[in-house]
Amino acid sequence: MNIAVLQFPGSNCDQDAFHLFATGLGLPTRFVWHKETRLGEADLVVVPGGFSYGDYLRCGAIARFSPVMGAVRDFAAKGGVILGICNGFQILCEAGLLPGALIRNSSLEYRCVSCDLAVEDAGPAFNTRTLGRRIRLPIGHGEGNFRIDDAGKERLEVNRQILLRYLDNPNGSMGSIAGIRNEEGNVFGMMPHPDRAFERFHPSQDGLAVARAVLSLRFPEILKKSA
Amino acid sequence: MNRAALPPNPDPLLNQPITPELVKKHGLLPDEYERVKGHLGGEPTLTELGIFSVMWSEHCSYKNTRPLLKGFPTEKKGATANFGRVLVKAGEENAGIIDVGDGWAIAFKIESHNHPSAIEPFEGAATGVGGIIRDIFTMGARPVLLTNSLRFGELDSPATKRLLRGVVAGIAHYGNCVGVPTVAGDVYFDRSYEGNPLVNALCLGTLRHDQIRRGKATGLGNPVYYVGAATGRDGLGGAAFASKELSAESSSDRPAVQKGDPFMEKLLIEACLEMMAVPGLVVGIQDMGAAGLTCSTCETASRGGAGIEIELDRVPQREAGMNSYEIMLSESQERMLVIVQKGREREIEEVFAKWDLHAAHVGTVTDTGRMVVRQHGVLVADIPAPALTDDAPVYRREARRPAYLDQTSRWTPEGSGLADLDLAGARAALPRLLGHPTIASKKWIYRQYDHMVQHGTVVLPGSDAGVVRLRLGDSEKFIAISNDCNGRYCYLNPRRGALIAMVECLRNLVCAGATPLAMTDNLNFGNPYKPENFYQLKECVEGLAEACRFFDVPVVGGNVSLYNESPEGAIDPTPTVSIVGFIEKEAHITRQHAGAAGEALLLLGGAPDELGGSQFLGLVHGLKTGDAPRVDLAAEKRLQDLLLSQIRAGRVRAAHDLSEGGLLVALSEMLFGDRALGAEVDVAGLAAPRLDALLFGESQGRVLVAARQADAGALADAARAAGVPVDMLGAVTDGTVLSVATAKGALEWPVSGLRMAWEASIEVAMKRPGLA
Repeated sequence: MNIAVLQFPGSNCDQDAFHLFATGLGLPTRFVWHKETRLGEADLVVVPGGFSYGDYLRCGAIARFSPVMGAVRDFAAKGGVILGICNGFQILCEAGLLPGALIRNSSLEYRCVSCDLAVEDAGPAFNTRTLGRRIRLPIGHGEGNFRIDDAGKERLEVNRQILLRYLDNPNGSMGSIAGIRNEEGNVFGMMPHPDRAFERFHPSQDGLAVARAVLSLRFPEILKKSA
Repeated sequence: MNRAALPPNPDPLLNQPITPELVKKHGLLPDEYERVKGHLGGEPTLTELGIFSVMWSEHCSYKNTRPLLKGFPTEKKGATANFGRVLVKAGEENAGIIDVGDGWAIAFKIESHNHPSAIEPFEGAATGVGGIIRDIFTMGARPVLLTNSLRFGELDSPATKRLLRGVVAGIAHYGNCVGVPTVAGDVYFDRSYEGNPLVNALCLGTLRHDQIRRGKATGLGNPVYYVGAATGRDGLGGAAFASKELSAESSSDRPAVQKGDPFMEKLLIEACLEMMAVPGLVVGIQDMGAAGLTCSTCETASRGGAGIEIELDRVPQREAGMNSYEIMLSESQERMLVIVQKGREREIEEVFAKWDLHAAHVGTVTDTGRMVVRQHGVLVADIPAPALTDDAPVYRREARRPAYLDQTSRWTPEGSGLADLDLAGARAALPRLLGHPTIASKKWIYRQYDHMVQHGTVVLPGSDAGVVRLRLGDSEKFIAISNDCNGRYCYLNPRRGALIAMVECLRNLVCAGATPLAMTDNLNFGNPYKPENFYQLKECVEGLAEACRFFDVPVVGGNVSLYNESPEGAIDPTPTVSIVGFIEKEAHITRQHAGAAGEALLLLGGAPDELGGSQFLGLVHGLKTGDAPRVDLAAEKRLQDLLLSQIRAGRVRAAHDLSEGGLLVALSEMLFGDRALGAEVDVAGLAAPRLDALLFGESQGRVLVAARQADAGALADAARAAGVPVDMLGAVTDGTVLSVATAKGALEWPVSGLRMAWEASIEVAMKRPGLA
């Protein structure tokens, strides 16, 4: 199993994502610099949090044009599994790999808190069977307010593309949506940080379950290891 | 020596004669100007005058405080070969460095950005964070945590709310984007800071001993590089005179406050650390902070005993037509000066190209000992580098004890006929105190800071100290950090107030399970030319130095901010103390929140019996008077040693020191954790002359401890054996009530009500109508 963590200028949770997989799960993990045009061998591409390009213009709006994103699109088209966390989620939305958009929190302030999340049954990998009904993950963002048009929202609901919902909505997201997947089921994006919930001293270790759930799409045996 | 006149400047505006008015506008005294001429052997150019004015300002030269600061211990006596040695001392470099063992070290420092924040709170605070981060990575360290220490007027005016909102948003904007967690802080609200808020920011970084870099220019012929953001006209005029007299009217309204770009800083951190990781490439490095290019060139030259020549045409510039005065004095952010090994220019240029940053070869190291600046091929400044640094003026100011101290220090509650609290008064006082913004929950503030990035934060903001796991290569270590200073105590008794800042900070660390290691301080005071202000400064510094020596906590760096005054007068003297503590084992990490019903509650240190300087006196009686609480360093040490030994013995479930608001505030705060708990205590048996002083007084050297019932006896025995007064107060309950039996009768509060008063205070004050 090979994990590739992208690095954009301004990524600042790249190390966190690296350690979630490398230290938390003990998997071979490496970085891919945004100027690369190839991903190399990868079973999962992680788009980490941070402020890519300073989040100038719009969060993720510049990063989507980075050379590496061409390879990421090809990877997704071939069914490759992608996980976008926080700024990574924003980048995937801007790149059109996930539907919807993330706008400023309704409070107009950055929020760093731990959130209780309801797990939705969103396909074979991400569901209450792999994760349980509730998990707790921290958030840290100023632009996590998920928006989509009514038809798009309807599609998300009907296709079971919603991964997680906030129990106590911290940012004004439509339908309290905290994370979604694409229709094909291989691209995942979420505002909460599994990469801040895996060390023994973290408020929860639910990030490990989230990482395993995403990996289980191609490697179902990873769920057995933890059980 | 007489110098030949320098050739006319390419910019005719810079050829104006140096008049006494111009000298005065540059903040130089007539005899200081004579010294300038002596150093130069003749009249300075306008650019040179500007350079002297910023380098001889208090901010760069510490001319009024340097003799005082010499009293601080800069070495740790108890250091061993593998722990606690000061590797880079205070004043030597941009930040001090201390050994934490196994070849690893930490660099940390605090710095103020008070005046910029008063004018433009968002950018002022943001660039304060940016500046202190650069001080840390310029040493070769990776920044791993931030803290801040803030002071505002009372939170009842729109002006103060605007300042708080702006400062917090500015810190969040910068710190969150660069990806360094803000893990702790302290905030006070007091009238004395009205119009002159304090914004002190601290950064701590980690590095291996062999990664330590210095701001030294050495090696004849080595190239000097300018890296990072381009230079603009921002930041001009803060230290010197208004820019409109120099340049066209179009730029006359340019603010003196710099604008930060945290994204640029993040790139600069990564690029610089990558460059420094190349063996033997970097000879010296220094950030361009206050006095920008001027300070970084003359300081690196002076430290290296060398000279530097630079050509301003090669400096990346944000706008056309900047003259030498502007370029040399600009305080544009996110810039660094790097001296690399000759012949290895390509290597540095490659690193910065990867990060899409400027790396401009602007000059060369010489052996002349002079700082030589050219623009368009014309010599615009030629100054002996030490004249700007080591040979800057030093003054011993006059100190005079302020007259108000005669009244305040003699005040006693009995003498002034202050009636003691009855039960109803006590019942009303507790929620009022908990709701004062100084004591109330700071969640509205810290939830805006990313305090979790880098995934090492162990104890989140809201406890006595922040605790962070440092990942050092393949190993890990735990440190605690806390900031403290009660300016009110320092106003009432400067020396004692400083001692209290120090012992309280130490106590917070010990409560978290840490052994204090070293400190950095930020001295925030009024105009030192007023003898009363200088008295406060002198007394506070001497107090800090005494406590540092007593506890063997060296000062590894700090900052001085003077002239903190508003039309109403100087701020309360505020020598902010930040101490880093080391936690031996992860299991020793202790929080302030009681864990479970049934835990015994013990008070270590004896019953509080003083009222002077307390929040209670201010809030309930409208008085800012009395002497500051007593400090007994030996007793404090006994208490802290005992507490640490009991934490290590596994007998302490939670520990919380008594500070603002006293015993009942501390007790309430212990119940404000994740679980809903109550408590039942009995203080009727405590020897206490006054109920108000017992419940709300701020006597020092007290800690509340929660322990399992089975451990409480042994803990109390250990305290008695160590000569630490101990009282069994009662126990944590699974009820909903805090009940306190006093000599005057029983008191009861629903914990939820107390919690609401404490949690909602700042939140409600800062609520913006119409927003979720």
